Amino acid sequence: MVQLLIYLAIVLLIVAVAQLARVFELASALKGGLKNKPTERDNRINGILWMVYLIAFFAFIIWQLLSYGPRMLPEAASDTGVKLDWLFNFNMIIIFIVFVITHVILFYFAFKYYGRDKNRATFFPHNNRLELIWTSVPAAVLAVIIFLGLKLWSEITTPANDKTSEVIEIYTKQFDFTVRYAGADNTLGKANYKLVQGANILGLDSTDTNGCDDKIVKGELHLPLNKEISFKIRSQDVIHSVYFPYHRAQMNSVPGMTTLIHFKPTISTAEMRKKLKNDKFDYWILCNKICGTSHYAMKLMVVVETPEEYSAWLKKQPEFMPKATASLPPAPAAVEPKKEEKGM
Amino acid sequence: MSMDIHATHDLNDAHAGHHDHEHHHEESFVSKYVFSMDHKTISRQFLITAVIMAVVGMMMSVMFRLQLAWPHEGFALTNFILGDKWAPKGVLDPNMYMALVTLHGTIMVFMVLTGGLSGTFSNLLIPYQVGARDMASGFLNMLSYWFFFASSMVMLLSCFIESGPASGGWTVYPPLSAVAEFMPGSGLGMTMWLVSMSLFIVSSLLGGLNYIITVINFRTKGMSMTRLPLTIWAFFITAILGVLSFPVLFSAALLLIFDRSFGTSFYLSDIIVNGAPLEQTGGSPILYQHLFWFLGHPEVYIILLPALGLASEIISVNSRKPIFGYRAMIGSMLAIGFLSFIVWGHHMFITGMNPFLGSVFVFTTLLIAIPSAVKAFNYITTLWKGNIQFTPAMLFAVGLVSTFISGGVTGIILADSALDIPIHDTYFVVAHFHIVMGLSAILGMIGGVYHWFPKLFLRKMNKTMGYIHFWITFVCAYGVFFPMHFLGLAGVPRRYYTNSEVPMFDNLMDINVLITCFAILAALGQVLFLFNFFYSMFRGEKSEQNPYNANTLEWTTPMKHTHGNWPGALPVVHRWPYDYSKPGEEADFIPQTVPLRPGEVDGGGHH
Repeated sequence: MVQLLIYLAIVLLIVAVAQLARVFELASALKGGLKNKPTERDNRINGILWMVYLIAFFAFIIWQLLSYGPRMLPEAASDTGVKLDWLFNFNMIIIFIVFVITHVILFYFAFKYYGRDKNRATFFPHNNRLELIWTSVPAAVLAVIIFLGLKLWSEITTPANDKTSEVIEIYTKQFDFTVRYAGADNTLGKANYKLVQGANILGLDSTDTNGCDDKIVKGELHLPLNKEISFKIRSQDVIHSVYFPYHRAQMNSVPGMTTLIHFKPTISTAEMRKKLKNDKFDYWILCNKICGTSHYAMKLMVVVETPEEYSAWLKKQPEFMPKATASLPPAPAAVEPKKEEKGM
Repeated sequence: MSMDIHATHDLNDAHAGHHDHEHHHEESFVSKYVFSMDHKTISRQFLITAVIMAVVGMMMSVMFRLQLAWPHEGFALTNFILGDKWAPKGVLDPNMYMALVTLHGTIMVFMVLTGGLSGTFSNLLIPYQVGARDMASGFLNMLSYWFFFASSMVMLLSCFIESGPASGGWTVYPPLSAVAEFMPGSGLGMTMWLVSMSLFIVSSLLGGLNYIITVINFRTKGMSMTRLPLTIWAFFITAILGVLSFPVLFSAALLLIFDRSFGTSFYLSDIIVNGAPLEQTGGSPILYQHLFWFLGHPEVYIILLPALGLASEIISVNSRKPIFGYRAMIGSMLAIGFLSFIVWGHHMFITGMNPFLGSVFVFTTLLIAIPSAVKAFNYITTLWKGNIQFTPAMLFAVGLVSTFISGGVTGIILADSALDIPIHDTYFVVAHFHIVMGLSAILGMIGGVYHWFPKLFLRKMNKTMGYIHFWITFVCAYGVFFPMHFLGLAGVPRRYYTNSEVPMFDNLMDINVLITCFAILAALGQVLFLFNFFYSMFRGEKSEQNPYNANTLEWTTPMKHTHGNWPGALPVVHRWPYDYSKPGEEADFIPQTVPLRPGEVDGGGHH
């Protein structure tokens, strides 16, 4: 109730301001000026306000950089992430320079050329040379930006070599992530959504022997340090997104498709904890495509550890269909060609 | 590019003659004010409906900003508006949070910034500025407003149903929006959203066709295409964009309706609902995204171009100088319009699309930056050595240029597909599109309201209130959206009910509080504008015929709403609209209707 009264008071305050403004107008009209037409004084005040705003605006931006800057994401924890951060900084420097110069000129002109009664504007309708300059200079700068950007994009989106990288599947559904490790053969067994039932939460096809050594883990994603990881991403219901903020990686999971992403984690959880002086630090995957009511709570902890720790941990995880391995010969190391997959 | 069609003149004159004979055709209250076919009345209808929808959209944003800044805390305001079901003890329900975010986006993008910008100003200014009695078809024009009204009503009504309004984000991607079991808002609420949008699309198409035909066929004698004010060029190009792209949104919506209700599988495949596989297979959700964004991208230029057109006029008139680079401005709008059709994929870099296709979209999107830059530089050069009259409208126009630059440059980062990977769907994107649409375009619209208020309502708005309104708005504007860049770079995703469930965001809560405080202040500042707007409509100072000493044709009509705009013959145009402070002329303006003196060259030195 008190809150509502406060709101009412605020609205009345605004109405009071409005009435004061009207009184001000009437008073200045009585002094002989035309109402609601800007006077030279109005122009000067507003002109000065533009300069005041310029200073306040940049002060605000600098304050944010100082206050928020240290709380941005720390250095990228993957190989592709490091390159992305470099490119990001390169682009930001360019656009920041453009932003500052144009704003200084804009607000300065708004101040310098405020209307005086005795002044007359300069008739300057066009100038082809100027147009040419500020068409070709942005074009040249953008050409560099495009070139560097596409070069990195092409590198990132070239699919990983599944023979030499660690193949891991991430399966998304409302509202959690499930991870499937490919096991010793580094090959994921086939899966079909029609087979999802009861304990077979990923719909694994038991006739595919490649799936016998697959391990399904919920709750944590473990990754070996300095090894290329090739992620295969699937979804059970709606579009989700597998977003690794610390690794600067992201890919949607789309029902009906398998999407791909790959990177090499370069900083272990333990190392990052030391760097940030924070024992409680963890890497995360966050869902980053609206997927329903609990979208905001859909996440998965990521543990990056040394290859030895990783193997040890993986050995402890149970195989999903262990019965099959007892009666079948060990799967060959060579991999059969798989059907075409889309994405990075 | 002179398209001086004499036949046009005869067409208009015949119409005028018809009016002389029909001078006394009686209009009832309903035909004059409700189902009016007069472009001026229709433009006011669009404006007032859009203003009301903007208030609704803004209230929604205040409520979800309260939740983001102080998660899980109760607010009497929220409970008062939403009731005990959606805000028990004043704490916003997560499903209603998603619904508010969805409707906020939909209402602001479509009802306010498309209906309110194009609908209001194209209707008001096209017939006036080209020198026509009215739009090509008053009847279709009337329908375009009433479809817009119906669309808005359906959208508002969807707020009151039991399962709640659509809640899959304003982009409503399937499968989330296709299957009611996935989210309560994907039930009846989603159906109503689709109905509302279908009505909206009809409204847009009817309006757009009218605008195009009127600009091409109804220009008065002497009004060649290169003597048109930039506002008309902007509305014209915008209307073409709309006519070509809205039908594609309609197709996206239609296929979604089919998937939801008729068992088709355009967008659906390999889905499990409530533990059982869904019958529908073979489709792809990516198809929806292509169809949606094929409209979605031109849509943002449909929003922005009219605002840029209005700003061109306001800046030029108030600087007392021609707009710098008139032809370059036209060329850049044509380039933006054309390029806007081939960039839609930049919304889809993370979908798993073919990387080569992604590269193409990077290239075209970065190309669009070039004509946009040209426009920004031209606005700044128009100010140079001007004699600037700071009406409230002029303040808003300068604010538009600032936010156009700020929002535009972050677009360059997002256009780079590689850089998009870590910031896609984070608050960095939210900051970008709000600054270009929620600031730049809206500032243009508000400036247009202040500037053309005398034509809309024959009165002036109070300038002191206008000044206060501007400075509060402009300070709070960057206060709300600039910090969001940092949230995005800290990894904060969009469309999260709260950031308090993710430990890595615990140290960012003060940023959310700052944003919300600025948002509340901004909302309060708009109350001042609403007071000024509605009060001045009835009790504002009566305006003189040409309060700004402007050159364009709307300022040559009498100060009472005249059916047919000019009581006598249509004006004849002899020059371009930007003869401000022309050397050799004593007055600092020369209306378009003033004949050229012997030896005088038209058009700022072009031959």
